[in-house]
Amino acid sequence: MLLIYCPYCEEYREEEEFRPKGEAHIARPQNPEETPDEVWGDYLFFRKNPRGVHHEQWLHAAGCRKYFNVTRHTVSYEILETYKAGQHPASDRAPGVGTGGAK
Amino acid sequence: MSQRNRLAKGGRIDRGRPLQFSFNGVSYEGFVGDTLASALLANGVDVVNRSFKYSRPRGIVAAGAEEPNAILQLGATEAGQVPNVRATQQALYRGLVSSSTNGWPNVERDLMGVVGEMGGKFMPPGFYYKTFMAPAAMWPKYEKYIRKAAGLGRAPRENDPDIYDHINRHCDVLVIGAGPAGLAAALVAGRSGARVIVCDEQEEMGGSLLDSRESIDGRPAAHWVGKVLDELAAMPEVLLLPRTTANGYHDHNFVTLHERRTEHLADTAPPAQGRRQVRARMHRVRAGRVVLATGTHERPLVYAGNDVPGNMVAGAISTYIHRYAVVPGQRLVLSTANDHAYRAALDWHDAGREVVAIVDARDNPGGDLAAEARNRGIRIVTGSAVIEARGKKRVSAALVAAIDVEGFAVRGTADALACDTIASSGGYSPVVHLAAHSGVRPEWRDDILGFVPGKVAGLLPAGGVNGRAALAQALADGTEAAASALAELGAQAASITLPEIRSVREDKAVALFQVPHPKPAMRAPKQFVDQQNDVTAGGIELATREGFESIEHVKRYTGMGFGTDQGKLANINGMAIAARCLGQTIPETGTTVFRPNYTPITFGAIAGRHCRELFDPRRYTAMHSWHVANGAKLEEVGQWMRPWYYPRGNESMSEAVQRECRAVREGVGILDASTLGKIEIQGKDAREFLNRIYTNAWTKLGVGKCRYGLMCKDDGMVMDDGVTACLGDNHFHMTTTTGGAAAVLDWLELWHQTEWPELEVYFNSVTDHWAAMAINGPHARKLLAELTDIDLANDQFGFMDWRSGTVAGVPARVFRISFTGELSYEINVQANHALHVWKALFEKGEKYGLTPYGTETMHVLRAEKGFIIVGQDTDGSVTPEDLGMQWCVGYKKPYSWIGRRALSRPDTQREDRKQLVGLKPLEPALVLEEGAQIVLEKELRIPMPMFGHVTSSYYSPTLGHGFALALLKGGGQRMGQTVYLPMADGQVHAATVVEPVFYDPEGSRQNV
Repeated sequence: MLLIYCPYCEEYREEEEFRPKGEAHIARPQNPEETPDEVWGDYLFFRKNPRGVHHEQWLHAAGCRKYFNVTRHTVSYEILETYKAGQHPASDRAPGVGTGGAK
Repeated sequence: MSQRNRLAKGGRIDRGRPLQFSFNGVSYEGFVGDTLASALLANGVDVVNRSFKYSRPRGIVAAGAEEPNAILQLGATEAGQVPNVRATQQALYRGLVSSSTNGWPNVERDLMGVVGEMGGKFMPPGFYYKTFMAPAAMWPKYEKYIRKAAGLGRAPRENDPDIYDHINRHCDVLVIGAGPAGLAAALVAGRSGARVIVCDEQEEMGGSLLDSRESIDGRPAAHWVGKVLDELAAMPEVLLLPRTTANGYHDHNFVTLHERRTEHLADTAPPAQGRRQVRARMHRVRAGRVVLATGTHERPLVYAGNDVPGNMVAGAISTYIHRYAVVPGQRLVLSTANDHAYRAALDWHDAGREVVAIVDARDNPGGDLAAEARNRGIRIVTGSAVIEARGKKRVSAALVAAIDVEGFAVRGTADALACDTIASSGGYSPVVHLAAHSGVRPEWRDDILGFVPGKVAGLLPAGGVNGRAALAQALADGTEAAASALAELGAQAASITLPEIRSVREDKAVALFQVPHPKPAMRAPKQFVDQQNDVTAGGIELATREGFESIEHVKRYTGMGFGTDQGKLANINGMAIAARCLGQTIPETGTTVFRPNYTPITFGAIAGRHCRELFDPRRYTAMHSWHVANGAKLEEVGQWMRPWYYPRGNESMSEAVQRECRAVREGVGILDASTLGKIEIQGKDAREFLNRIYTNAWTKLGVGKCRYGLMCKDDGMVMDDGVTACLGDNHFHMTTTTGGAAAVLDWLELWHQTEWPELEVYFNSVTDHWAAMAINGPHARKLLAELTDIDLANDQFGFMDWRSGTVAGVPARVFRISFTGELSYEINVQANHALHVWKALFEKGEKYGLTPYGTETMHVLRAEKGFIIVGQDTDGSVTPEDLGMQWCVGYKKPYSWIGRRALSRPDTQREDRKQLVGLKPLEPALVLEEGAQIVLEKELRIPMPMFGHVTSSYYSPTLGHGFALALLKGGGQRMGQTVYLPMADGQVHAATVVEPVFYDPEGSRQNV
């Protein structure tokens, strides 16, 4: 069971309080009606499934009800950082130095 | 009863407190402090089980969790039955009843044993699959008999009377294992003021110190254990958990500990001070750091006949002598590849029994223990090994021969040494299981001939598991691990003075796993690698010859490391043998994956209190007590308990539902609709938000009006529906499906927070705050008029309006919406008032024949109108257009609402998509099966193309025939066609494709 730092509550909480919501940073194309079918199809259906570092969206469902982002290693399950919706991951940050993960 | 193997002195047992117990119907005596295994050995019980596959007699091999054979059935009563208890880990208690799990008619005379003896050669790995493979249909029959012959213990047939707990815990440092390294770590962490949990799986803490020959500060090691435990127990921030196995190491230092609180006292938890006790606890520990001090398991050597009772791992001999004052035999031969195992021979000799010989695979063993053995005049045969054990139900002799370890060959001829016990030691495998649960593979170390844990964040191995098994090293390593743990947590470690240990010089061990035999492994008497699963060296060799090269495949093909073994005794030997056969190194071969749980756990401990009514929360509406009092049959809808139907007298379900349906169509009925999801939406952009999230338009919906809305995912597929009312310009009341309430709230918040944060809009779930009751039928207006101050005239309060006022004297919102097609009012009141209003409606409603109806009638009535249920008539692949609901799609809305763009994708434009239709069976009384597949031809041939399926199907008393809703490919173009529904029993039903609205298609009845 993961230990997740909620960037809104500013506390570590148990995974039981959260719901995973898939890959993060999937932006809806600005002008859907002008977006070609293929691009729209990619937006709807295509997701990364990396063996390694992955940016994910989570919901603090039984907490503050905020959506936020988690950068997690899909093999070790180490959480490299968590950050608010609309923010960008600090990708230059060295693994393990982030604000998330095991204390 | 004689305990012929019990020493007169010594051990950690209480000779003043004898305990009676039974094994396979025979009564024996042991002492307080015994395990079931030590008591059986004290009484000279050689055969404790029959083996799984070959039914060979088997005895006790080890003294701890790694025991492969003494897996017994426990329990004096039916409810107290516990299968597959390791006798080595079960404390003896008064009246303990135990029996073998294998063996028929009994372990001493086993019929299957004859088969095993004769057929052994003909039962290679995969025997059952190869032999019983065809015909496939017979496998279930074969399996039944094979299972019976194998025997695996049995579950109790009565309910478990015991209670179990789960406890959440947090600590700075969790120490797993209370041997020398663990205790040293706990002492450092405890003295530093950290919050510490120490768990140990044994009856007593102390680990290897309890059977050590060494002294600490000039006194027996066990004395130091007592002193440390006293100090730890006095620390308020330290929790000591004996009889507690760390069974799973999960993500981010989450560890599940399984504490057995009463299993050393009785089958089922005895009361204490007149109160029930908890039998077992699962501690769910979130630890800052974990110090893994799980020590090592000694590896037995793999030689011919090594499973005959009387063959044991060397360290177990020392454990039985030191801790239980039991010497499990008279004449010992020790076969070893290292110095440490010499302890067994020294302890045996010091107990006054005969050591026939120590057989050492090395040419010149020169360590301190070897010197001690020589001083005692014990014969040491060097450069040799026991190559074969002789005997049937007990060892009678050991064949000893010089061997070439490197060349894997026997040199010269074998000598038979008469003995009744053979101890063996091939080395010490670190207990890496918990670290490996993280998914990090263990790493091979040539210097200790074993795998140590790979690097896991937050976990610090110490002592034997870290390759530092010698006492002084283990103590120092524990101290260092605790100091590192504290430093990583930003805390200062207290300094401790390490006790004085006289170091014991040990010579380098030699890598010996399988002992060579003059005959090749496939021809030699069986050399067992995994006794629990009857896996032999020959079997592993065969597996590699048959092409199984991955160790994971070898494991699955042979069964090695299954069961409770899980790689404790067998794995390293098995990997080494596979590596040799494949001509590769052990690290190249690698380990299999270790998974939780480390040892088996009772289901009770896993379930804790989460059983029966606490298994999953149940939700009840405010009128639930009335439903129950009025005989409602209940249906689970998600977590909700909803009235299903209300039978009168001896009515069947179908009779009750037909009566309820008629009452609504002809008089008036009432449904408890409280379970619908309800979400308050407020804010100046609430209306725009609805425009974007729903398929249809909300711009012009005035205050006091309601509108049905469809919600799609962005792929254009319907995900939810419901009626939303405009309470004020910036204020809406949304309803969702009963099951979709939580997901819809997530969905609204997702779009608001991540795509449209600029919209000022707020959401709040009010599902539980409002109770809802829907009165439906021609008399609905007359009934409600008697209880409300709201003007119900059709021109004042029309269809799809809502009004606030009072009903039965309490504030209410009344929505004129209909899920039945009848004149209908849905009354919403504060949940606390609901029962009062419900009862008031029945007081006034008696003269109108007010009839309560449940979900089944609701389904019939809505389906007659062609109203869909999202999730029943849709399945995530259905667009609003597929449902023929173009009237509910705002094609001209300026914002490209969720799902809009997807409706113009080529796939959603296909004409042969499945579309919602009605089906009218040709045989009027027939109710089609929901889920039945639709085909276009009557004559069956396989395969034939399937064109759709039935989604809802009922009998309509109003229409006088069965009817169904279905999704049918190109359904809109097939009106009037006959389609066919082949059933599993061979019948083929026929039905006509019709419009999905069966009743009052003009909607005149709801508009009066």
